[in-house]
Amino acid sequence: MTESPRRPLPQFPEPDTEAFWAATAGHRLTYQVCRECGQVVFYPRRHCPGCLHGRLEQRDSAGRGTVYTFTVIRQNGHPYFRTRVPYLVGVIDLDEGFRMVAEIDAAPDAVHVDQRVAVGWEDHEGLSVPVFRPE
Amino acid sequence: MAPAAAAIAGIHEFPGRVAGGLSPLQIKAECAAKALEDAGLTWADVDAVYDASEAGPMQGLTIAEYFGVTPRVVDTTAVGGSSYEFHAAHAARDIAAGQASVALLTYGSTAHSESRAIGTGPRPSAGPHPAYNLERPYGLTLIGNYALVARRHMAQYGTTPEQLAEIAVITRRHATRNPQAVAGLADIGIRKHGEITVDDVLGSRLIADPLHLLECCIVSDGGGAVVIVSPAVATGIRRPPVWILGTGEAVGYPGYGADITTTAAVRSGTEAFGRAGVRPGEIDIAMIYDSFTITVLTILEDLGFAKKGEGGALAASGGLAFDQPGGPALNTDGGGLSSNHPGMRGIFLLIEATRQLRGESTAQVPSARLAVAHGNGGLLGTRHAAATIVLGRD
Repeated sequence: MTESPRRPLPQFPEPDTEAFWAATAGHRLTYQVCRECGQVVFYPRRHCPGCLHGRLEQRDSAGRGTVYTFTVIRQNGHPYFRTRVPYLVGVIDLDEGFRMVAEIDAAPDAVHVDQRVAVGWEDHEGLSVPVFRPE
Repeated sequence: MAPAAAAIAGIHEFPGRVAGGLSPLQIKAECAAKALEDAGLTWADVDAVYDASEAGPMQGLTIAEYFGVTPRVVDTTAVGGSSYEFHAAHAARDIAAGQASVALLTYGSTAHSESRAIGTGPRPSAGPHPAYNLERPYGLTLIGNYALVARRHMAQYGTTPEQLAEIAVITRRHATRNPQAVAGLADIGIRKHGEITVDDVLGSRLIADPLHLLECCIVSDGGGAVVIVSPAVATGIRRPPVWILGTGEAVGYPGYGADITTTAAVRSGTEAFGRAGVRPGEIDIAMIYDSFTITVLTILEDLGFAKKGEGGALAASGGLAFDQPGGPALNTDGGGLSSNHPGMRGIFLLIEATRQLRGESTAQVPSARLAVAHGNGGLLGTRHAAATIVLGRD
């Protein structure tokens, strides 16, 4: 029996994003804030792009935000995504002040710009993929 | 106008859209030889090479040997499709600094022959990277990335699918005047290669909402070369020089609070027009990187050809056609949408702008004096590079 194609996952070792993905295993969506200058940082990094002596701490997001923009992908040659079309990918502005690209699990006509969404989780071995749903 | 530091002296565009077994390196060398011949120069005159490493890794190390030249300047800036506008900017700068007198820019690709699914295939992976590690699970295709900008532009300004489609319609009309583009569309298997209508565009299938198939660039083979020379060398060339009047470079990486409907062209364009001492309203020819209709729409606004949010009205006005007043003539060779897009189209923007200023285009604007070539590289919705080159003739 052939295995059905799987969703591509982050690649490791990748030291900037390991803590983010480790937290997802406990269904925690995290972002960084600099303890020196207060800058919100996303995607995760070791250094602060806001100041030179930054100390970034990882914080939990409530996982709620608004759709800044989105698209409905109707063609993708990737073996996994080919089985998923049509699917939605959005840019989500989280309430804590960071922005991320993520899948929106909804029907194409059920999503609009500025819509409120909340994070949900798709579990994998050792990590979970954040997927947003309309509130 | 500011005194120009360098001129485009030679150009060549690979005529075919299917390379017929040639390698990207062979395409680069053929185009380089013909562009040097166009200028009346030889390999021995080349003292600077600019290369985006599209035909293999570490080309800064190998391309001079392959060509058989001895450069004093090697520049391997690689920022996707905009690389060639960056190269032109750097060549002008290096020539102005006295570091070079004959700069050679080349491009070659066999994307079509390799059946590369640039817009909808798996994204190439160069090993783990923190940004990609946060995006990889979501299947955001290249087209999808640009669609994010189109959707936001529509929501923010009321831009319509019909207005975006007009850009594809005008560009195809220009392509139908270009015999190489017409032959190419047939050669790569585009069934309908005559003029198209807004209804044709909106009736083609959605690839990533709101972008339709006919709003996406084609995938062809191809290549080209551009020779940029010092004013001293320009006095002895075969063709009229096309002067580099101003250049600007920028990158954009829209994070939280950034407006993704505004591209880095805002910065590169302001710089290029400022250095050239010309205003957007004076430009006759706008060669704008047209990976997708939305790319053109946002960049036209960002370069100052329309106010932000009014690019749709400009597109629908008809003024972007080569034979209509009311705006610069857009992508008169037929663009990436309908002439050629082997993956990184930036060099063709410089080539067609030069043809126009020499009076050699197949959609010639009478007495065109000023042109702009604007390259956009990377992914408009997440991270992109932009370079603007303002060109003029004597």
